[in-house]
Amino acid sequence: MNIPADLKYTKSHEWARLADDGLVTVGITDHAQEALGDIVFLDLPQVGRRVAEGEECAVVESVKAAADIYAPIAGEIAAVNQDAADKPESVNQDAYGAWLFKIRPDNAGDYNGLLDADAYGKIAAEEH
Amino acid sequence: MARQTPLYATHAAAGAKLVDFAGWDMPLHYGSQIEEHHQVRRDAGMFDVSHMLIIDLEGADTRPFLRGLLANNVDKLHNPGKALYSCMLNEAGGVMDDLIVYFFREDRFRLVVNAGTADKDVAWIERQAAGRNVALKPRRDLAMIAVQGPRARAKTWQALPGAQTASAALKPFSAAWHGEVLIARTGYTGEDGFELMLPASRATAAWNALAAAGVKPAGLGARDTLRLEAGMNLYGQDMDETTSPLESGLAWTVDLAAPRDFVGKAALLAHPAQRHLVGLVLLDKGVLRAHQKVFAAGGEGEITSGSFSPTMNQSIALARLPAAAAAGDTVEVEIRDKRLKAKIVKPPFVRNGQVLV
Repeated sequence: MNIPADLKYTKSHEWARLADDGLVTVGITDHAQEALGDIVFLDLPQVGRRVAEGEECAVVESVKAAADIYAPIAGEIAAVNQDAADKPESVNQDAYGAWLFKIRPDNAGDYNGLLDADAYGKIAAEEH
Repeated sequence: MARQTPLYATHAAAGAKLVDFAGWDMPLHYGSQIEEHHQVRRDAGMFDVSHMLIIDLEGADTRPFLRGLLANNVDKLHNPGKALYSCMLNEAGGVMDDLIVYFFREDRFRLVVNAGTADKDVAWIERQAAGRNVALKPRRDLAMIAVQGPRARAKTWQALPGAQTASAALKPFSAAWHGEVLIARTGYTGEDGFELMLPASRATAAWNALAAAGVKPAGLGARDTLRLEAGMNLYGQDMDETTSPLESGLAWTVDLAAPRDFVGKAALLAHPAQRHLVGLVLLDKGVLRAHQKVFAAGGEGEITSGSFSPTMNQSIALARLPAAAAAGDTVEVEIRDKRLKAKIVKPPFVRNGQVLV
């Protein structure tokens, strides 16, 4: 399973990456894209929307099913990936490159409370 | 523990994602269901459909028995090998199953029924046959492989020596024997092709020969999007025991004109259709799914099957709507907290590789 060590994760299969500008980029894990199968539609949040930790804020739809995407941390949606929305299959091809949205965190420290790669790997392996 | 077809080990070795379907471990896809879908539309793909049950019916009363059992009329079958699609109804006119019936001889017919309804069907047919000279033979000793696509027939002939001689003259919806193999020009994709019924012991060799001839394996995921594009119903989703065939887009398969009686006929005559099954094409962005609510002229309806159409690159669905809702109308579909616009069309959406709507 492809679980990069330099990212943080959630139990609901989102990955998160903190950049120097303080924004947290969010996508779905390789495990999640594989479980969903061919992805055909992304419903992304409005930029500027405030989200609570764990709030549903996007939907990823494959041919097979629709999956809710949850905000890993509280904050404001700072950007969405229109390129990925235009090419949903890019999430299958590169789950860690085709990000979904960026959050400006309310509390910078929240990021460190997310799962590390080892902890997420155990969760994903149990589902496998 | 789910049941396994004779091809299970072959699927596992090919890296298929296996899922439970009606109590069977079946391949959902072998990597990408969209690529498998395109492979069938553009070239040739094969599906293991051995989970479906083949039932042979034998005995002097078989034709008169089927005349009363099925909503379509087996008297349309004259030539050996000819096939007919039909519903089997309950007394209330609800659909117990949809099936294909093949005629071989007056005392020998064959049914192919759905996997999820197989046990129920056998029990029902046995009860209906009580006291008649008809014997039921469920054929779990057989496997079934559907080879579908514009190049399916040519590649099947290449893979199975002698098959071309046996099946070159077959018209759609008819079948011919090639030794122990029944080659039927039928399918569930809207493309040309064959369904091969053969001894389970020969399934792996046939599958491998087809693969060597360039027929790629396709899973149940692609089978579902292909049949939806072809406007073909899925039992349990688009119709079931509580729905009339007349409200399920299947009036063309119900013969009410002939003087014969059949199970469910009185109920159908007593209850004309109030709703009808139509096609929807989503005009906004999103994906239509089963059970989403539809707001149409004449009232509300519901999507029975919805997915993404790989051929049309947009979402399509079958929906049961009030009779007043007509092709060309724009309706609204409730998807999560939004109402999206969709257009009513007459299925099929796609046939023989061509978009028709």
